Amino acid sequence: MNFSELLKLSGLLGRFSPDGRCLASCMQYRLAVRDASSLQVLHLYTCLDQIQYIEWSSDSLFILCAMYKRGIVQVWSLEQPGWHCKIDEGSAGLVASCWSPDGRHILNTTEFHLRITVWSLCTKSVLYIKYPKACQQGIAFTKDGRYMAVAERRDCKDFISIFVCSDWQLLRHFDTETQDLCGIEWAPNGCVLAVWDTCLEYKILLYSLDGRLLSTYQAYEWSLGIKSVAWSPSSQFLAIGSYDEKVRILNHVTWKKITEFEHPATVVNTKTIVYKEVEKSPSVETERLSFPPTRALASSLFSTQSKYAISEVPLSLHYVKPAADRPNPKVGIGMLAFSPDNCFLATKNDNIPNAVWIWDIQKLKLSVVLEQLCAIQCFQWDPRQPRLAVCTGNSNVYLWSPAGCVSVQVPVEGDFPIVSLSWHSSGDAMVLLSKDNLCVCYLEREEAVYPNSSV
Amino acid sequence: MGDWKTITVPVLSSDSKNIFEYTSDKSISSLSMNSQVLRLSLPSAKNMHGFFSAFCTEENIEQSVSYLDRELTTLGFPSIYAESKGKELNLVSVINCMNELLVLQHKNLRAQEEVEMQHLKLGSDMDHLQNCYAKLKEQLELSKREIVGLQERDRQLQNKNRNLHQLLKNEKDEVQKLQNIISSRATQYNHDMKRKEREYNKLKERLHQLVMNKKDKKIAMEVLNYVGRADGKRGAWRTDKTEARNEEEMYKVLLSDYEQRQKQLLVENAELKKVLQQMKKEIISLLPPQKQKLKERSEDGPVLSDLEEDIGELNKENMWELSCETVREQLTNSIRKQWRMLKNHVEKLDNQVSRVHSGALNEEDVISREDHEMETEKLELEIQQCKEMIKTQQQLLQQQLMCPCDDDTTVLLQDCYLLEERERLQEEWRLFREQRKNFEKERRSFTEAAIRLGLERKAFEEDRGAWLKQQFLSISTDYKHSENVTTPSAFLGSSDQDNRLPKSTSQQRKPHCMLGGPVSAEPYQISQYIARNSSSAALRKPAGDSKPNQWVESDKETE
Repeated sequence: MNFSELLKLSGLLGRFSPDGRCLASCMQYRLAVRDASSLQVLHLYTCLDQIQYIEWSSDSLFILCAMYKRGIVQVWSLEQPGWHCKIDEGSAGLVASCWSPDGRHILNTTEFHLRITVWSLCTKSVLYIKYPKACQQGIAFTKDGRYMAVAERRDCKDFISIFVCSDWQLLRHFDTETQDLCGIEWAPNGCVLAVWDTCLEYKILLYSLDGRLLSTYQAYEWSLGIKSVAWSPSSQFLAIGSYDEKVRILNHVTWKKITEFEHPATVVNTKTIVYKEVEKSPSVETERLSFPPTRALASSLFSTQSKYAISEVPLSLHYVKPAADRPNPKVGIGMLAFSPDNCFLATKNDNIPNAVWIWDIQKLKLSVVLEQLCAIQCFQWDPRQPRLAVCTGNSNVYLWSPAGCVSVQVPVEGDFPIVSLSWHSSGDAMVLLSKDNLCVCYLEREEAVYPNSSV
Repeated sequence: MGDWKTITVPVLSSDSKNIFEYTSDKSISSLSMNSQVLRLSLPSAKNMHGFFSAFCTEENIEQSVSYLDRELTTLGFPSIYAESKGKELNLVSVINCMNELLVLQHKNLRAQEEVEMQHLKLGSDMDHLQNCYAKLKEQLELSKREIVGLQERDRQLQNKNRNLHQLLKNEKDEVQKLQNIISSRATQYNHDMKRKEREYNKLKERLHQLVMNKKDKKIAMEVLNYVGRADGKRGAWRTDKTEARNEEEMYKVLLSDYEQRQKQLLVENAELKKVLQQMKKEIISLLPPQKQKLKERSEDGPVLSDLEEDIGELNKENMWELSCETVREQLTNSIRKQWRMLKNHVEKLDNQVSRVHSGALNEEDVISREDHEMETEKLELEIQQCKEMIKTQQQLLQQQLMCPCDDDTTVLLQDCYLLEERERLQEEWRLFREQRKNFEKERRSFTEAAIRLGLERKAFEEDRGAWLKQQFLSISTDYKHSENVTTPSAFLGSSDQDNRLPKSTSQQRKPHCMLGGPVSAEPYQISQYIARNSSSAALRKPAGDSKPNQWVESDKETE
């Protein structure tokens, strides 16, 4: 496992290109595109203002940089460094910007969700989509990039519009039986659209591509409802995480619940493996201490190493009692993700912030619990294999695979609190992001993850 | 006797006290006696009942007799006077009267005894019943108190229950109220939300107009040059055609998805069918004997077997390729049936195994639990029956005892006692007989011993006789001329020798015997007598001749 030098970064904006060749990173108003392996700067673009959002086009030929404060989107081409494009939303303002799947259109959402403007890089044509809904996840593209679903709100009712992305023709437009639609998500096969209601009501609706309602699922009433939703890559399962600290899994044939994963604060099943992160201070031999100490030694002296230990079950996890009088309570399943091979589901219960649950989908049982010392900031599955990377806001990166679990300290000088990470498309590298820095971690393909050992 | 008095007193109440006392005395001691006897017996009676002054004296004999007559006639006895002879006593009738009176008294005494007995019995019964009554009363009190206590508790519980019900109702009401509040608030909230959203929409609309209609020059895209599409195609115009094409494509996507799913399902189905077929085959191969039996057993066997045959045929014709609908029912039926058979079979095997297991555990000499339980149940039933029988018997007995002693039961009871007694006697008899037998045995052994003794003695005497004869013969040869006086002395006791002796003597004294042939018995007797005398004399005479002395000594030696 190799780590790059720390690179300066702002706004957590560091992305690998979809083809995996480049790494884009922003530093204030500058955009640097580097070679993913050598990290040599290939291009350096300068934007008009501090960049707040970047996104690679699907063909990795363009990068859009959004400056929401100024309502400007700038697009850069990798093929033609001299080519430039600037989209100004003017007084309408800008709150979100994204590429269309074909990589030739940019969808800008204006302030107050007045409209979505679809700008084309190929033609002069501009398309407006009116009444977009201001919600958690209002735009969803199918994985094949053919269709786009947009949540709309008209006359106090929720609607879904399905567009054909090739020519932005409206294919379907239908109202949904929701109180206050909160999010939409296509199944990976692009044929089923999951629509879930606001957290005040547990309700998830499944629509076919042609707008037919396939099924409705409601686990309970009155209490706070759905918090997160994830499709399995095979479109077979739909995992729904909710405020009652449970994940419910629906099947794709009858759309009925297969099972329910609870997240209690005590792990009781003895078949569950609990990896607990423990800290240990490195022992220093006093004879080898020199004055003044070398920088490396000093840093190693004041940093503590962490490693995983297998805990005895039953085990009580660190539980945070949510404040009942606050809105958006920190309770329930806030994050969940299927592994690319459909075999595992990783979840996080927000009121047990230090633990990641990994469920075996084949057995429909809890397989592993990772208990960290700090709160989980982010986790992501390796796109190629069942390998989970976790960061907890410190300078360690944690990897879990069915073979075992490792904790790796990023060997950098100074503080490097990793708050986000994202995998390279090949699964051979990942970019670790802190508030001010970026580090690329290269994993050799041969180097398997050592089970239960710290490196 | 006191009773007799009390009975007679009211009858005699009209007479003087003196007389009454006499009568009582009389009636007791000498009612049926005639005057003479009376006179004789009176003193004794007087002695016995000294405290009574005499009823009849020499002076008032007449009056007493007439009084007695009168009394007797009033009591329905015949007059004691002879009818014909006026004032003369009829002794016969007096005696008869007396006898009857005695009999009457006896009867009365017996009756009195019985009545007393009954009285006692009744008294004890009464006591018992009173005891029972007291006990029951106590029980009644106790249960009454208990009932009161229970009622109190019941009342309290009911109160509690009522309270709880009230609470529950209140809670329910509360819940209902809260739900109502929630729903009302929700509707209010929704309403407000809608109102606000409408306002917001109006504002948005207004803003939109303001922002978009201003011909904002700034809203624009500056692009160096338009780039080509990723797929290299040019953007097409939006027409109905494209719309139709889009529709078509969408349906194509959907269709392909469904096709894919169908394919998956088909594959899955085929696999499942394969498994099913295999299972079926295996089951069939496992189950031929059971099936036969079942077929025989089941009433609708022919129908099912027909069905099975059909299915078998279908099997051959590769029915798996057919759609399920046509054969589904048959298939499921047959599989269900086979499964049931298999289940039965497995259960049977399980049972066997368990039986074998248990047998192995108990090493076969212990009865299996089921048998054991069955047996115990049977035994328990029997015990219960026996108990019931005993109870009924007891009841019957008690009834018999309780019912006021009718004669039969007393007789029966007495019989019972007699029987018991007899049994005891028989036992004693048996013992006695045994003892007697023992005694007899002893006696027999004694007699046998005596006989043996007698025999021995006889043998001994024979010996002695022989010896004496020899002695005698030797003596006779020595003292040829001496008198016969000594010779018979050898003949002591034994008759055989006596009988034989004459022969020998006759042989030796032929000339003597031939003379006295007809009176042979006399000299023999005489000789015997002499012999006895002489022997006794010889015995008494210790020192006579040397020979007798010798003989005596030898005799002593043999004895």
